[in-house]
Amino acid sequence: MTALRLLLVDDEAPARTRLRNLLDDLAPQFATEVVAEAGDGVEALERVEAAAIDVALVDIRMPRMDGLQLALQLARRPNPPAIIFITAFDQYAVKAFDLSAVDYLLKPVRSQRLLEALHKVRQGEPGMATLQKLVPDGRRQLRSTERGRVILIPIEEVLFLRAEQKYVTARTAAAEHLLEDSLLQLESEFGERFVRVHRNCLVAVAAMAGYERAADEEGESEPHWQLLLRGVGDKIPVSRRQWPVVKALIKN
Amino acid sequence: MTFLKTFVAAGLALLALLVRNVAFTGLAARIVGLAMWVEPILIASLLTICASRKWLDRIPYRLAFLLAVAAVAGIAWFFDGLLRQVVDSTVNPWQAMLWAALAAAGVLQWLVLTQQAREPALAEARLMALTARIRPHFLFNSLNAILGVIRADPRRAEAALEQLAELFRALMQDPRDLVLLSDEIELSRHYLELERLRLGDRLKVTWDVASCPHDALMPSLMLQPLLENAVYHGVEPADEPGAIAIHLARMDNQVRIELINPLQPGHVHAKGNQMALANIRERLMLLYDIEASLVTEVGENRYTVRITIPYRKQ
Repeated sequence: MTALRLLLVDDEAPARTRLRNLLDDLAPQFATEVVAEAGDGVEALERVEAAAIDVALVDIRMPRMDGLQLALQLARRPNPPAIIFITAFDQYAVKAFDLSAVDYLLKPVRSQRLLEALHKVRQGEPGMATLQKLVPDGRRQLRSTERGRVILIPIEEVLFLRAEQKYVTARTAAAEHLLEDSLLQLESEFGERFVRVHRNCLVAVAAMAGYERAADEEGESEPHWQLLLRGVGDKIPVSRRQWPVVKALIKN
Repeated sequence: MTFLKTFVAAGLALLALLVRNVAFTGLAARIVGLAMWVEPILIASLLTICASRKWLDRIPYRLAFLLAVAAVAGIAWFFDGLLRQVVDSTVNPWQAMLWAALAAAGVLQWLVLTQQAREPALAEARLMALTARIRPHFLFNSLNAILGVIRADPRRAEAALEQLAELFRALMQDPRDLVLLSDEIELSRHYLELERLRLGDRLKVTWDVASCPHDALMPSLMLQPLLENAVYHGVEPADEPGAIAIHLARMDNQVRIELINPLQPGHVHAKGNQMALANIRERLMLLYDIEASLVTEVGENRYTVRITIPYRKQ
């Protein structure tokens, strides 16, 4: 059996050392290779860009991006790694894990428990559905990779999402980012925050400032409408089919 | 409940007062006569107080006291009048009212005194329950960190276990005992060393103890929980190193403790923090009453806790 490629994610250096020690001890029974370590969720996302991993051992409470948010981001990658959560004492998290039947380790991590968890991981868990149950609010950030660098865009900063040929772009007041998700996926994940105004565009409800009549195209008998947004000058055309929905939202 | 108990006792007292006026001859007959007089007043008083108990509890004590006594007097006057139509009475109506009122007032006062005598025990029990608790999160993370360094740096692991032992010794001591400020500082340093094992350079602490009265007495584990809060809410969630500043100083006959930590959005109002502060505030109140204070200040990016306690020496 080839060695399982692992990523260790914990903001405390001694906690990562402890895991490495235990994995070394377990090596004769279970071959693993620690291919990367990270001090928080964002760093972990950068590490997985560079190295293929099978399993991520993830601490829950970390600065910048916690373990659950990291799991959601990892699950969206092609060939997502399996995840084993680790927590010191978090009644809320433990309850959630039990409810969604996710395997987790408690700190201080015991060798035997770690071995059991690694054995279970070969069966591939947790799946996306389980994670969504675990974190019902979903991701708080969208992930974009630009020249090998991971950029995280807080979801509340996104004004609109637009599908353009091959890619989906997320527009914030400051910049535009290329995403790897499809518009359909994003709509199902953030359906409460965004509304579809056109076949290729989702707009943040909070960003809608008003609407105006677009210049009529030739041969058009009915009026066309476009959305005005807070913070940016972009005008988003609204499709005839979506117009009643969008209008009602603005009126409210 | 106090008022309810009062009137059971008031009835008995009333009976006793009346009995004192009775000659020993024909005692049995007199007692029956007196019971006819006392019992209706007692039962009516009980019912009245019972019905208005919730209301009486809400108004100021003195007012409730006067109202209750007046109610008993009124009831006595009413039943005395009724009884007078059926039998001859040896007491006049004013006398009846006065006795009833006096008995009610006396018994009420007696009950209040006995409750006050029991109060310190109550305060003590509350104090015991309020003993500072260390977050389990901290204990398990610390143990995990110690296990993490034990192979590479056994001496560091030894030191950490010693510090953990000191911390738990302090936790298990009697919360009523006052400790020297210098001991509390020492304990807090142990605690911070343990946190540094986990957090490394992310934790930065500055102590300002130049004008601090090391001989001052203070409740044990007052500083440490505040530091634990500061680490948990101010340093751990931060992506950059966080600095905690502690100032201890004597101002006339007061000791002032000030603790400043960085503010992380969404972390300051966390429930755990509020609970720890409420806990310390109540302990201060139980130990010092109004002589101590605890105030917090939420700045733009920093959180400050200020505690003032009276300067007392051994």
